[in-house]
Formats: sequence, C-alpha cells, structure tokens
Amino acid sequence: MKWEVRISYKKGVQDSEGESTLSGLRALGFRGVERVGAAKVYLIEGEVSREDVEEMCRRLLANPVSQDYTITEVK
Amino acid sequence: MAYRVCVLRAPGTNCDAETAWCLQKTGLEAEVVHVNRFIDGRADFMGYDGLVIPGGFSFGDHVRAGALLGKMLKERFYEPLSRFSEEGRPILGICNGFQILVECGLLPGGGMSAALTTNLSSRFEARWVKLRVERENLFTRGMAGSVSLPVAHGEGRFLMREEEIKALEKRGQVVFRYAFDDGRPAGGAYPANPNGSLHDIAGISNEAGTVLGLMPHPERAFHRLTHPTWTRERMEEGDAFGEGYMIFRNMADYIRKR
Repeated sequence: MKWEVRISYKKGVQDSEGESTLSGLRALGFRGVERVGAAKVYLIEGEVSREDVEEMCRRLLANPVSQDYTITEVK
Repeated sequence: MAYRVCVLRAPGTNCDAETAWCLQKTGLEAEVVHVNRFIDGRADFMGYDGLVIPGGFSFGDHVRAGALLGKMLKERFYEPLSRFSEEGRPILGICNGFQILVECGLLPGGGMSAALTTNLSSRFEARWVKLRVERENLFTRGMAGSVSLPVAHGEGRFLMREEEIKALEKRGQVVFRYAFDDGRPAGGAYPANPNGSLHDIAGISNEAGTVLGLMPHPERAFHRLTHPTWTRERMEEGDAFGEGYMIFRNMADYIRKR
C-alpha cells in the first residue's frame, strides 16, 4: 500500500510560508496570484491500512491545535 | 551531598554543554545524557533530582519542531516523567525543550493541548527580548517585574484554544509574557512579541509549577557581560550575573531544599 498524507494549517492559523511565497511570486510579476497555501506531503509505503495512517496522523504527523490532514491512497 | 540533574540530549541538540555548565555553576552536578541511554535502560530518570531539556534542533526539527523527541518521550516515558514531576522534581524545557514538553503533553498538562508553530514573521527570530514575569514559582522566585533574555527560534508562536488559554491564566500557568521595554505586555505587537504568540505567551508551567517551558534562552543570559548593554550600563558590585542566572539558581536552591 502507498499513502499520501498532506498536512496543512487549520483555517485561521496563519500560513506564513504560503504568505511569503505569495509575496515572492508577486515580486516576480505573477500579478494574478491571490493566495498560496503551503502544505507538507509524506509518502508512506508498506503493509499499513488507512486506519493505521489515521493513527500516525493523530499521534505524530499533525498537531490537532494548528494542523489538518488528508489521506489519499496512491494507486 | 551532590544533587544530580540530567540534561537530555538527542541528535541535533546544541545547547546542552552551556546549559550543563550553568547548572554546574549553581553547584548542581549536571550530566548530559543521550535519550538512547534511557531507551536502552542504561539510564533512569528517577536517578536524577531534576531534568533540563535544552535548546537545539532535536531530530532536525523534522515533522514539527520538537515533535519527534516529544512523541518519543510521550510514548515511552510519559508515566515516569509525570511521576518525576508529581514528586516535585523540577523539569525545565528551554526553546526546543519547551516545544518538546508541549509535544509530549507534560505542558500545559491537565489534558489541554497547545502548539508552538511557525513565527508570524516567517523568520528565525534571534535577538534579545523583554519579558514580563507573571508568576513566581520555584523557577522564578525573586524575579518579579521584567527581565531581558535572548530568543532564537523559527517556531515559537504559542497557540491554544481561547477558552483553554483562559483556564491557563486562571490557574496561574502563564509565567512569562513578551513585553515592551517598560514592562507592559506587547499586546501582539511585533517586534516586542517576536513570533505572534497568543496573549504574548513566552513561557508556561504546569499547574503545580514544577514543569516550566520557555522559548527564550536563560543559559545565554547567565553572565551580565553577555547582555548587549553591558558596556553602556554601569555595573554594580555583585552584578556579575545576567537575568537568566536566577532561573538556574532558583532551581538549584529548590532541589537542595526539597
């Protein structure tokens, strides 16, 4: 099994990496860009179920105070 | 009798030597111990009278600052470390050590959870800041008023649910707040508040006051002459120590009396 875990900031928590990337892109002349969100992606391979990956997110990969996660199976 | 304090290190810890040195200067016996020695069973937290988790970048700060070592401690040593602090043995977490204590759940304690996330400025903030001492506990005895200490972190923004912060304040767990030069709380204003911490929170303790975590580095303010103004401001006699010294001395006094 192969899973993609995406960790992003919760709504309302400032994503400073996304914001500085936005200003960097604008400085390069990409005027149309309105928002940039930064996220972290982990690829997890092995004999693990979706429930296992959920537990990994809860116990290590995401901090429930500031971060959300999504889990997608990679075919 | 010699009192022993463990300075816990992991790959990427980089403030262990000076932290141990400060503890030694207060008369304690400080021992830098790698976390693997606890995992292998060659060392036991209960063999120490105090624990300090120093600054640095444990496990490269991967996942989140302090997350990997914090979760490792939570998984394997939460019970013994809780017992350690319930018995009144002090635990101090500095910078990365604070992040680790929050990740492992020893702070804030009481089933609440917090996060130390990326600075609002998106920068690594490394400079001296003013702090208001909000609470006297075993670490901050005699420190009423304000102190200046240096910060050096990229992820120091204290976040917590608003109603939990209220509970934290009610229980007297907010120990340090970022402040203006005159000692008033920064009110979120940059650069006095270097990271955007909610309610200007720079350091908190557990409810009993035996576990303290703070983002600033008291070990870098142990001597008066590491402060940037030491040549400009007249030094009084007996003024050789900086404002971080008190935290170590208080910890040592407390351990000796316990």
